[in-house]
Amino acid sequence: MRVRYAVAVAAVMVMNRISRLSGRGSGTVVGGKAGLKIDAKLLAELSERRSTVLISGTNGKTTTTAFMAAALRTRGPVATNATGSNMPAGHVAALVEHRDAFQVALEVDEAYLAHSIVATHPDAIVLLNLSRDQLDRMNEVRKLAERWRTALEGYSGIVIANADDPMVVHATRAVAKTIFVEAGLVWSDDAIGCPSCGGEIVFGHGWACDACDLDQPPARWRREGKRVFALDQQRGNLEISIPGSFNVDNALLVVAASEALGLDVGAVCSALTSVGTVAGRFEHRSIGGVDAELMLAKNPAGWAALLAMVAGQSNPIVVSINARIADGADPSWLWDVDFSQLAGRTVIASGDRWRDLSVRLDYADVAHHCEPDSRQAVLRAGHGGGRVVAMANYTAFGDLRKLS
Amino acid sequence: MTIRIVTVYPDLLGTYGDSGNGIVLEQRMKRRGLNVEHLRVNSHHSLPKADLYVIGGGEDGPQGLAAERLGNDAFFMEAVRQGAAIFAVCAGFQILTSSFVVTDGSSRPGLGLFDAETIRTDAPRAVGELVVRASAELGIGEVLLSGFENHGSRTTVGAGCATFATVLHGVGNGIGNIEGAIQESRVGTYLHGPALARNPELADRLLVLAGSGTLSALDDERALDLRAERISSTGVAGANGRGGFAR
Ligand SMILES: [Zn+2]
Repeated sequence: MRVRYAVAVAAVMVMNRISRLSGRGSGTVVGGKAGLKIDAKLLAELSERRSTVLISGTNGKTTTTAFMAAALRTRGPVATNATGSNMPAGHVAALVEHRDAFQVALEVDEAYLAHSIVATHPDAIVLLNLSRDQLDRMNEVRKLAERWRTALEGYSGIVIANADDPMVVHATRAVAKTIFVEAGLVWSDDAIGCPSCGGEIVFGHGWACDACDLDQPPARWRREGKRVFALDQQRGNLEISIPGSFNVDNALLVVAASEALGLDVGAVCSALTSVGTVAGRFEHRSIGGVDAELMLAKNPAGWAALLAMVAGQSNPIVVSINARIADGADPSWLWDVDFSQLAGRTVIASGDRWRDLSVRLDYADVAHHCEPDSRQAVLRAGHGGGRVVAMANYTAFGDLRKLS
Repeated sequence: MTIRIVTVYPDLLGTYGDSGNGIVLEQRMKRRGLNVEHLRVNSHHSLPKADLYVIGGGEDGPQGLAAERLGNDAFFMEAVRQGAAIFAVCAGFQILTSSFVVTDGSSRPGLGLFDAETIRTDAPRAVGELVVRASAELGIGEVLLSGFENHGSRTTVGAGCATFATVLHGVGNGIGNIEGAIQESRVGTYLHGPALARNPELADRLLVLAGSGTLSALDDERALDLRAERISSTGVAGANGRGGFAR
């Protein structure tokens, strides 16, 4: 078995190197897959004697994982899947690459949480939110919440959970040690049917089911603007370098996890300031001389957050939508996004599914141009000079990041 | 006169972008300078009287809750008895048949507004582009309609219903090659997308059923282009060149 383990680790390293050298990939999934084929227990073996934190949820996983890694680095080296490869092969690749790091921060796909808990025995699990995402290939939201709950039954570590999200709170009901954080809920449309009994979740000051005992638990952590409080005692300031108040909420969850793991909260708050662009999100990119700020949203909740962020600005906007396998084949969620906020600005519809977007924008009374090619779209939007905001869903965002 | 459109329970039945159907209907009235009132009514309110109720898709749990609340809504049932038009999609369609199936596989009684029954078979979940040819009974000519379907159950249609359409690509009701149902001024379908964004003739037909009277033409180039592209992506012939469509 030790031999098998050594061969598997070597395979991961070799395959990742080949993948990177041949330019066919970032070398995080191919090697991991090869290693798991040789040794199915590889992830468990690689996780032994390491302190692991798992981060999962529909939105904000990648950024929160970067925050968590920065927090853990205040204590020592960290292995992390920074590229967002958040399934077992990506986890294996990250752990092989940083075999000396005694701390691990892993972003986990919502559907792989159970598997990851069994394999890595995490010290802590950070649960952000659950909303709809690619419904034609992923489980429905409530089924996912139920799977999380089952996965967490008997888990003896610490769960850091968003108290504002009924789906997340339901999932933690069987957990012995949960630290709740008021981490916000941008979009409550998915949360209205109670995940526990099917009753109605009523939102007001907090939230509660009108039919069963599921309600918002008291939180240990909350914030007022940048000021962070644990049980009403101020514990620090969060001066983060990336935009979006939802990212401050993500940082708050990481502060809560850090305290639970015995890290110095003050040092962690400072460390989070240094986290810049994560996997291209909010990156400024010069595309044919145009300054384009790239933003990623993958589902209605993510779009609501981005549109709220750019409201009141006047920069031209490119919206690029694909519906490839990684995006989900059904872009009908476009109708759950309130694009009418963009009316009056220069808007260009782009991406593989620009026609779907164009019909949506038209019915929202948003005058716009259509430019299927995303580079042409950015150039057209930037014609008058000044910064362009380019918003895209997952694979369309990947396309934008390749432009120059 | 004003046409009142009510989007039914968007809190429970709004999972697959179907709330867009109400937006489309409202806009098509406004763009013609016609009076329209569009209300979105969540499940803890009783439904007002309306000319057209629009009901969308949803997950199993909320679907059961929606059926229960809708069946107990005396105003809604009375409006239906008086001939209100209904456009119901997927889970919304299923709860209006005589019975439907929930997560654990058990059957629940539906509202029986369609002479149809929704059952669970061994067939896999139907997910993908759905292309259908409108039936003559729909009254818009034999247009090709497009949408995205995403459902596990199948629906059998009885003698009291006309069929909504014939399936050319995809599953639809999944029994024979039938898609959806029409009964009086009620239309049920598995077309998501939302259906009315891609199929403007269908949207206008519903407005007529709701009592709008004759409608003037609108510029639907974007929508018809989108539909042609979607149909073409499935390999169904006749999608290219919109001249082939009855407009
Ligand atoms: Zn409940």
